[in-house]
Amino acid sequence: MNFDFADQAPKLMMLLWGLVAFAVVVGGLLFVLDAVPSFFARRREAQLVAASASGAPLPRRPKQREGFFALFFLMPTVLLLLIGLVVPAIRTTLLSFMDGSSQNWVGLDNYRWMFAEDAIVRVLLNTLVWVTLVPLAATAIGLIYAVLVDKARLEAVAKSLIFMPMAISFVGAAIIWRFVYAYRGEDQEQIGLLNQIVVSLGGEPRQWLLDSPLNTLLLIVIMVWIQAGFAMVVLSAAIKSIPADIVEAARLDGVSPWQMFWQITMPSIRPALIVVVVTISIATLKVFDIVRTTTNGNYDTSVIANEMYNQAFRYGQNGQGSALAVFLFVLVVPIVIFQIRNLRQQRREG
Amino acid sequence: MTTTTPPAAVGAQQTDGGTTRASRVRKRLNSRTATLVAIVIAVVWTIPTFGLFVSSFRPEPLLKTTGWWTFFQDPQFTLKNYQDVLFGQSASSGQLANYFVNSLVITLPSVLFPLAFAALAAYALAWINFRGRDWLYIAIFALQIVPLQMALVPLLSFFSRGVNLGGVTLLPAWNLDGAQNFAQVWFAHTCFALPFAVFLLHNFISQLPKDLMEAARVDGATHPKIFRTIVLPLVAPALAAFAIFQFLWVWNDLLVALIFAGGSDVTAPLTVRLAELAGTRGNEWQRLTAGAFVSIVVPLIVFLSLQRYFVRGLLAGSVKG
Repeated sequence: MNFDFADQAPKLMMLLWGLVAFAVVVGGLLFVLDAVPSFFARRREAQLVAASASGAPLPRRPKQREGFFALFFLMPTVLLLLIGLVVPAIRTTLLSFMDGSSQNWVGLDNYRWMFAEDAIVRVLLNTLVWVTLVPLAATAIGLIYAVLVDKARLEAVAKSLIFMPMAISFVGAAIIWRFVYAYRGEDQEQIGLLNQIVVSLGGEPRQWLLDSPLNTLLLIVIMVWIQAGFAMVVLSAAIKSIPADIVEAARLDGVSPWQMFWQITMPSIRPALIVVVVTISIATLKVFDIVRTTTNGNYDTSVIANEMYNQAFRYGQNGQGSALAVFLFVLVVPIVIFQIRNLRQQRREG
Repeated sequence: MTTTTPPAAVGAQQTDGGTTRASRVRKRLNSRTATLVAIVIAVVWTIPTFGLFVSSFRPEPLLKTTGWWTFFQDPQFTLKNYQDVLFGQSASSGQLANYFVNSLVITLPSVLFPLAFAALAAYALAWINFRGRDWLYIAIFALQIVPLQMALVPLLSFFSRGVNLGGVTLLPAWNLDGAQNFAQVWFAHTCFALPFAVFLLHNFISQLPKDLMEAARVDGATHPKIFRTIVLPLVAPALAAFAIFQFLWVWNDLLVALIFAGGSDVTAPLTVRLAELAGTRGNEWQRLTAGAFVSIVVPLIVFLSLQRYFVRGLLAGSVKG
């Protein structure tokens, strides 16, 4: 046994400090917000009493100052967002026009480098493959499953099985799947499920994660495995909210399940479908953990987020890392604009 | 897909209420295929996890030479993998118990801070009238799309070097040491969580009945009082939903921890340690299998026991838009 509680003491102490800080900040904020108005209320009361006693004209009721409350309610959030997100994002944009040590301006060099370097172009292409395949596959599987288990027996259990990977970290998922892809020489017994299947079908075992471009597809499988549950839950809720009379009317008209799916289900859940595809696309663009844990970006599997980490935090190339981050942001923007437009259209129609 | 129904059968179906033999057969076959496809998907989705789970209880030599499916012919069971990976002596063994504590220390405040701050902000944005309210809400909402990659480099330098503008130190470096580094991680997680947290809670809080708020105001309740006594209890499910989200996100996060907690055994969480083990000892499956489950078990319990809230939050956060 090598678990010393004494080693843990400073950390638990720190946790305690964190919790105390939380209590003080939040409690303090609420206390101030409570105490200040009641102080003014009491003073006013005293004024009123004094005024009525002396027969002087009553002081006017002061206007409720809403802005004061709003300021305190919003202060922590706005401050943290400025320090932690807004200012850094602006700085990153600036850094992307500077060199690796963030000393000299280099203009568009970092962006030129991004599209000129073969390795980085490969990274961009990989990201493109990810962001096309993952949303499609995950949404399709989630949708099929949601339709199939709808109103089936044990629906809740069936859904939990698919949904469970959502609770597993990307690192854990990567390890789970690396085990599926594990390789043993031809003369040995296989320990990875995939190679075992290949061998029992008469094939030769392969080092799945080494061969490009197949390895990227196998990593994509991991992401699909995680995201399909999300798609399934949202789409399943959308299917359940289709008005029963529409479904009933279609059934009385004698439509086949196939027609029902394409003519009733699909149009009704379109908004939810778009949300799912957009959400998964954005998550996929930022995928980092899976690639890092399985191949560390080697063998032509790297993606933007992984390369950004490598450039900025391993090679000390802040400029190039920042340029990649900005490019990631640029890729997200059109997706979000598309979604906002859709929502607007929906509201107009609704 | 199954049988082509002759047109006559379709006519017949309408006369006797859809119970002709052909249509019944077709229906049954359809539902059979449907069930089969559903079962195949369910199996493919569970088998990988199941295989890893079984493997984590197999003795090392067996685990490395035979597939986990042979366990059912030759069931040999051991807890040694877990013992090693949690409490092992050697530096290579994992020592995950230590990292487990780190994950816990990182996660708790990283959930509580954004939860409280976002609830306050969401209330103000929904129910306090002040100038520029809508603009502020749109700005916070829009921040959701900024990838956290955009903030990493400057935020790290903010912690380590402080803020200098034109040679003047506006904010000093944090100069944290050892366990104090947790504060950085809390700070980063809190900042990154706020846009989504505000958005999610605002969705719930803004939908509380207007009459209720007005009645409370007429009774002379101040905003803080309304917030504490009326709003918080009513949106407790939403708070739970966000708390679960954030818990899963922080516990499972690798990127933020890698950058702000570093790789040291004092602050690095389970995910960082596991990724490291997978990188340097990718074939030590007796450690990786057990280690993966040590990291999975807590979120899984939280998830399964609170799934209801999680799903509700998911739907509110994505569909209502």
